[in-house]
Amino acid sequence: MSAIRLEHLTKKYEVDGQTVVALDDVSLSIDSGEIYGIIGMSGAGKSTLVRSVNFIEKPTEGRVLIDDVELAGLSEGELRKKRSEIGMIFQSFNLLEQRNVLSNVCFPLEIAGVKKKEAKEKARKLLKMVGLEDKEKAYPSQLSGGQKQRVAIARALATNPEILLCDEATSALDPKTTDSILALLKDINSRLGITIAVITHQMSVVKKICDRVAVIDKGRLVEEDTVEKLFETGEILEIFNNSGLAAAGGE
Amino acid sequence: MFDAKTIYMIVEGIGDTLYMTLLSTLLGYVVGLPLGITLYVTAPDGLKPNKFIYRVIDFFCNIIRSIPFLILLILLIPITRAIVGQSYGSTATIVPLVICAAPYIARVVETALNEVDKGVIEAAKAMGASTFQIITKVLLVEARISLISGATITTGILLGYSAMSGTVGGGGLGDIAVRYGYYRWQTDIMIVTVVLLIVIFQIIQNVGTRLALRLDHRKR
Repeated sequence: MSAIRLEHLTKKYEVDGQTVVALDDVSLSIDSGEIYGIIGMSGAGKSTLVRSVNFIEKPTEGRVLIDDVELAGLSEGELRKKRSEIGMIFQSFNLLEQRNVLSNVCFPLEIAGVKKKEAKEKARKLLKMVGLEDKEKAYPSQLSGGQKQRVAIARALATNPEILLCDEATSALDPKTTDSILALLKDINSRLGITIAVITHQMSVVKKICDRVAVIDKGRLVEEDTVEKLFETGEILEIFNNSGLAAAGGE
Repeated sequence: MFDAKTIYMIVEGIGDTLYMTLLSTLLGYVVGLPLGITLYVTAPDGLKPNKFIYRVIDFFCNIIRSIPFLILLILLIPITRAIVGQSYGSTATIVPLVICAAPYIARVVETALNEVDKGVIEAAKAMGASTFQIITKVLLVEARISLISGATITTGILLGYSAMSGTVGGGGLGDIAVRYGYYRWQTDIMIVTVVLLIVIFQIIQNVGTRLALRLDHRKR
C-alpha cells in the first residue's frame, strides 16, 4: 500500500504579476515503510513538494492522498488531525526557543489535548530513544545543531505518526553529525516501520539511507528509481550534470 | 523646605500619576493586544489573511497615532465627559490615554509577533495546531520578550503623556508641575516633580528590562 500518493501535482505562484511554476505535473507514490528520497537543487520545487504532502501548501492542481485519503476532501479539523499523524523535521530545526527540551517534545501532544503527565512520560521515552534523556531541562539555545535535530525528531514522533517528512534535515549539520542523524532516521524506520520522505540536495544522504529516489528539476520529476540502480548505472550523475546539480550534490 | 500640605499634595500626585499610567497601560493592552494580534493574523502574509479587517484596523491605528496627544486630549473631551462624567482629573485622563495607547500598543504587538520565526509557526501548523493554538501557545510565548520590552516602552510613554495632561487639569505630577512650577513660578516644586517623574520612569524601565532578561531562554 502506498502511504503517500501524489497525482499530477502542480503548484503555481503569482509573484509581481508573473506566474511561477514551482511544481509541474509531479506524480509519485511512496510505499508504506520505505525511505524515499527527493533530490534536487535549491529552487527545484522539492520544499513545495514536501509541503504539499501535509497540505501546508495547497497544490493548484492535482491530488494528494495519505493512506488513500484525499486531503483536499477533508474539513479543516480533519486536516489538522491528519497533519498530527505526519511528523515533520526541518533544516532550521524550528524548536520553540522559550520552551525547554521536554516541553518542546510535549508540544504536539499538548496541541492534541493529551494529559500533561501522559505527555511527559511519552516525551521522556522519546528523548531516551534519541539519546538526550539527560537534556530535558535544557533550552534549545544550549544545544548543538545535532542535538537540536534530535529533539526535533523526538518531537515529530510524539504523536506516533506513520509518516515522517524530513525537509533538508541534515543540510545545516556537519558530515559527522549528519551521519549520526541519518543513522537515527534509519533506526526509527526499521524499528517503528515509519515511512520517511527525505528532501535533500545532498547525494550522500540519498545514497546512505534511501530505498528509492526521485530527482526533481525545475518543478518536474525527471527520474525515479531505486537508489541502487541510479547509482549503479551512473545515471544519477548524468542527470545531475545536466541539471547543474553536481556542485551541490558532490561531497 | 516644603510644608506638610505641599508634601501631601506631592505624595498624592505620585499616586495619581501611577494610577493613570498603570491603569491606562492595562486598559490599553485590553484593547491593543487583541487589535495587534488581529493585525498580525489578518496581514497579507498572516495566518488568516483578510484584507478588509486588516485595512480597517490599520487605517484607524494610523489616524489616531497621527494626532498629537495634547490635541487628542482636547478633541476627546465630549467622549471623556460621556464616559467618566467629567473632563478633568486623573480618572478622566485615562480615557484619552487609553485611546491614544491602544493603536500604539497594537503596532508594538504586531511588530513583536512579526519577529517570531516563521519556521516555528510552520512547524506548529505541521503538527496540526489551530490558529488559536498558534497564537496562544506559539506566538505569545515565543514573542514574550519583545512583548515585555514593548510594554515597558509603552508604560514609559504613557507616564510622559499623563504628565502632559497636566496642562489641561489632568491631575498627577504633571498637573502639579504646571500649576505650581509654571503658573506660580515655584521652580522648587517643579524640580521635585521632574525628579520624581525621572525616578518613576527609571523604576518602570528597570523592572521591565529585568523581567525580560529573566524570562528569556534564548541566550544563556
